[in-house]
Formats: sequence, structure tokens, C-alpha cells
Amino acid sequence: MKILVPVKRVIDYNVKPRVKADGTGVDLANVKMSMNPFDEIAVEEAIRLKEKGVATEIVAVSVGPAKAQETLRTALAMGADRAILVQTDDEVEPLAVAKILKAIAEVEQPGLVILGKQAIDDDSNQTGQMLAALMGCPQGTFASAVAVDGDAVTVTREVDGGLETVKLALPAIVTTDLRLNEPRYASLPNIMKAKSKPLATKSPADYGVDTAPRLKTLKVSEPPVRSAGIKVADVDALVAKLKELGIA
Amino acid sequence: MAKTLVWVEHDNTQVKDATLAAVTAASQLGEVHLLVAGSGCAAVAESAAKIAGVGKVHLADNATLKDALPENVAPLIVEFMGHHDAFVAPATSNGKNIAPRVAALLDVMQLSDVLSVEGPKTFTRPTYAGNAIATVESSDAKLVITVRGTAFAKAKTSGGSGTVEAVSGGADAGLSSFVGAEIAKNERPELTSAKIIVSGGRALKDADTFQQVIFPLADKLGAGVGASRAAVDAGYVPNDYQVGQTGKIVAPEVYIAVGISGAIQHLAGMKDSKTIIAINKDEDAPIFQVADIGLVADLFNAVPELTGKL
Ligand SMILES: Cc1cc2nc3c(=O)[nH]c(=O)nc-3n(C[C@H](O)[C@H](O)[C@H](O)COP(=O)(O)OP(=O)(O)OC[C@H]3O[C@@H](n4cnc5c(N)ncnc54)[C@H](O)[C@@H]3O)c2cc1C
Ligand SMILES: Nc1ncnc2c1ncn2[C@@H]1O[C@H](COP(=O)(O)O)[C@@H](O)[C@H]1O
Repeated sequence: MKILVPVKRVIDYNVKPRVKADGTGVDLANVKMSMNPFDEIAVEEAIRLKEKGVATEIVAVSVGPAKAQETLRTALAMGADRAILVQTDDEVEPLAVAKILKAIAEVEQPGLVILGKQAIDDDSNQTGQMLAALMGCPQGTFASAVAVDGDAVTVTREVDGGLETVKLALPAIVTTDLRLNEPRYASLPNIMKAKSKPLATKSPADYGVDTAPRLKTLKVSEPPVRSAGIKVADVDALVAKLKELGIA
Repeated sequence: MAKTLVWVEHDNTQVKDATLAAVTAASQLGEVHLLVAGSGCAAVAESAAKIAGVGKVHLADNATLKDALPENVAPLIVEFMGHHDAFVAPATSNGKNIAPRVAALLDVMQLSDVLSVEGPKTFTRPTYAGNAIATVESSDAKLVITVRGTAFAKAKTSGGSGTVEAVSGGADAGLSSFVGAEIAKNERPELTSAKIIVSGGRALKDADTFQQVIFPLADKLGAGVGASRAAVDAGYVPNDYQVGQTGKIVAPEVYIAVGISGAIQHLAGMKDSKTIIAINKDEDAPIFQVADIGLVADLFNAVPELTGKL
């Protein structure tokens, strides 16, 4: 079984995003970029399924600028077998990403597509579900455990009240939650090896997908800032404050 | 006037609170119709019809809809969207699971986690863990949005005079089945509706310590209990306690962060709380930059003392 893993190049999760003064977006110039953390978890899960003998090949895909090659090389260094960069400098919305992924899935015929549950830049939490809809496949979102058994996959999902388990017919779409696994670091030899793994470059047009945005961003602003309040000296002072708030 | 369809979140017995914020958002777009999809859920539809401002309530009662499997629910919603202009769901785990599936089937780009309605097709929504608020206009023929529960007032659960209409549909797509759930029994107030929340972080050491330190304080205050991701990852409490970018978004009257550093991903889930109180032994912890009231102290002394003095 082949596994497709879409990975997005995003602002590093340790960087505090700054809104541009002109309100057109977030300043990404000279900002550290990395693989979306949930996508690292997706790559890791695919590798574990390969190590278990469930998967035979892992194909990483990224839709983004030429620099997204670095993200794909990271996936290859972790253990993906080959990569596809669908290169574009435009921002591509989840719906269009899902359409591109569907077209790739038609060629690659994966048994599983494992995506992150959300990209930490747009925070959309949509692409996996959209891909599942377009492919007519079942979806196991927010996964904290994945077990493939024959022609089905059992997915444990993190939901509002706790955990939920669903059984899905393959091919299926899985999106990862944080506790699915802890992604490995690529070793130096593997980073070197990744440089010679195949990486194909395509364009959205190769897949016949129109990436024109459906949503127009009119403005991006800073959220209302909270300012630091006061520090109290001891517990008694805190109790007094709680009384003022009417909760003690 | 635009017709909106709100997906009602419920457990086949009761309407969940998150629905009420979605109704408020929907009412700012136009006429509000509801969809109650489930199994043996007629009572849910009856109470949904009483929500203030609600017109029609469509009741799809079918065993295949019992567990809100998106493979079965989404096609049903798509049928209704033939005669509605907007689909609105609460941004709960179920809402987030179903809505994008609907959007893709309609060839529409979804707006996630909407914070405000600015115009018939214009909304604000958080990006970058809430560090950037985008004002976004849709150019699609139909709207699909999910609504952040803390951003809208809850519609009143009484006073409405909607009419319930039973509908058929919701065939089994044959793609998925529900195996089971481990839904934590929690006597404490639910996080997303609690007035007070006490949250614990990595500093709480282990599950027993978390229980012994955080729970008594929460019980004294009648508060819900939350946690940072670090505390959940370390197994102190189950996943449904997590507050943050990837956990629950909360905005209680009072949020008490105990032994939590205040990473941006955690702040994303609680910085709209009315009053934030932080107890941390590191006076430079980032949580103090957003806290209204801070106490620099060792929590293992301060929290039991506080609990004792309340
Ligand atoms: C993609 C992604 C998503 C994430 N989503 C979330 C999320 O939804 N929610 C979330 O919370 N995190 C999330 N995180 C993790 C986040 O980045 C932080 O790692 C996490 O919030 C840290 O938890 P903490 O504050 O409990 O632990 P730490 O950062 O380790 O802080 C512990 C704090 O306890 C204090 N302390 C220690 N001992 C004592 C004592 N005896 N008395 C008083 N204070 C003490 C320390 O001074 C410190 O400030 C996410 C991370 C990523 C990459
Ligand atoms: N441009 C992209 N390239 C590759 N994968 C993507 C891209 N955008 C989104 N994804 C995948 O979809 C997931 C969810 O993203 P989103 O729906 O944008 O929150 C991510 O974690 C990725 O796995």
C-alpha cells in the first residue's frame, strides 16, 4: 500500500507572528519557516506504517513556492521515498489544495492519505475533510491512533468529550492530532541520502486545477492586546482580589 | 433574505450549547433553519424549535445518523443546501469534521472559526494561533462557515416557535462505521461553558499531584478544569482538558493558570477570558504578560493555601 503525505511549509511554531503595519498580512520576510508540526506527525505515522510492513511506499507532496522543496527534503530525510512539489507562488486555499491532491491520488492510488489536522498559519482545519469529500472516501480526523487491518483502518479520534473510534474502508483519509506520535529527527546520513531521493516538480495547471482564491482577505489586524495587570504579594492578597471579582 | 441552515450539535438527547452561538451568528446572516440529524432525536428537535429566532427545524431521524459520521451526514446537508444560502456549524470537533466535507461537495471555500459577521459575505476569523485576525470576503455562491463559540452570545433556549418537519435521508454511505467512544464522565462544568476555569500545566508533576492540587481548588470555586498540552501529553489528565490553539477555545469570566508558562499556542485558547489569573514561580513567565492578576509563588504552597482560605 502506498501512503500519500501532504506537507505544508509554514512559519516555525516557535516564532511569534507579526502583523504587517499596512494590514495586508503577516510578515514572513526573514522568518524561520518549517514543516507544519502536524505534518511532521503525519510523515512519522506513515514511516511507522512502513516499518510495520503495512505501507510499501511513502510519497510526500507539497503545494507551495520553490522553497517548499526544503520541506519535502525534510520529509525525505525522515523516511519518505519520493516527493512531488506542486510549485506556485500564489497562496493556495484548502479547497484548491484538496483538488490538486485528489488529482495526484488518481495517479498514485494511495491506500491512505495522511494529512495534518490543521496548518498553523491559516488554521483552516479543512484540507483533509475536503479531500475525503472529493475522493468519495471516508475520513478519520484528529487521529490519536491509527491501525490498518486488511482493507480497513481503525482510527481513534480526539473529540471534544474524549476519544472516539471509527472504522473506515480503504482508501481513507486520516488527519493527525498532536498525540498520535512523536516525530523523529532526521539523522545526518539520512539528510545526505534525502538529497538524492526523487523530487518531481509540477504546477497546478499540470493537474488542471484553478487555484484562483475564493476568499478575499480585505484586512489583517492584530488581535486586541491584553496588557499585563498587577502582581499580588501573597495568597491573602489574591484571596482579596477574588473577593472583589465576586468569586470567593 | 438569505436562508441559513444551522447544523445542531447534540447527543441525541440534548442540544449542545455550542449550537446556540452558531444560531446567533446565523441570525446575523438571515432566516435561521436548523437541521437535527441523529437517531431517536425527536426530543432534540422539539427543544431546538424553542430556541429564540428559529424558523423551521428539519428533523432527520435515522440510525445511520446516530454518531454524526461525516460520510453520512454531509450528503444530507448538501441536499438541504439546494434551498439554503449559508451553512453554519459550531467549530466543535464534530462541526470541524463535517463542515469542510460539505463545503467541498458544494465546491465552496469554507470560513473556519468565524469571530464576527461583518457583512453578508464578510467575516473575521483568527489565523496564526489568533495572532492575526483576518477580515475575509467570500466570492462563492453559497457560504459554509464554522463559528467560534466564545465569539457570539448564546441564543436563548426559549421563546422560539419553530416548526419541526421530519425529513427522510441520511443513507449509509457504506464507508465508515462507529466503533465506540470513551467520553469522560465529568461532574465539573464543561470547559466551553464554565464561568470559572482552573488550568494546570507541566509543573503539576503527575496525574495524582494534578488531582490533589488542582481539583480541590476547582471544586471550591465550582470551576471547570483545563490543562496545557504539556500536562495532557504527560498523562496528568485526558485530552479533552486541553486548552489552546489545538485544544478547546475558552473565554470564562475567570481563568486561573497554574504552573503554565503561557506559550502562544496556549494563549490562543484562553486569552479572551475576562480576567486571567496566573500562579507561576517564574516571574518572567510569558503568562504574566496577559494576566490581570499574577502571583509569583511555588504553586505547591500557594494553591493549597488558596484553597484553604476560600
Ligand atoms: C502545533 C502545536 C500546537 C500546540 N497546541 C497547544 C495547545 O492547544 N495548548 C497548549 O497548552 N499547548 C499547545 N502547544 C504546546 C505549547 O507550545 C507549550 O509547549 C505548552 O503549552 C507548554 O505547557 P506548560 O506551560 O504546561 O509547560 P511549560 O512550558 O514547561 O511551563 C511550565 C511552567 O510551570 C512553572 N512552574 C514549574 N514549577 C512550578 C512550581 N512549583 N510552582 C509554580 N510554577 C511552576 C514554570 O515556571 C513554567 O512557566 C502546541 C504546540 C505545537 C507545536
Ligand atoms: N499547500 C499545502 N501543501 C501540502 N499540504 C497542505 C497544504 N495546505 C494544507 N495541506 C495539508 O492539509 C493539512 C490541513 O491544512 P489546513 O486545512 O490548511 O488547515 C495540513 O496539515 C497539510 O497536511
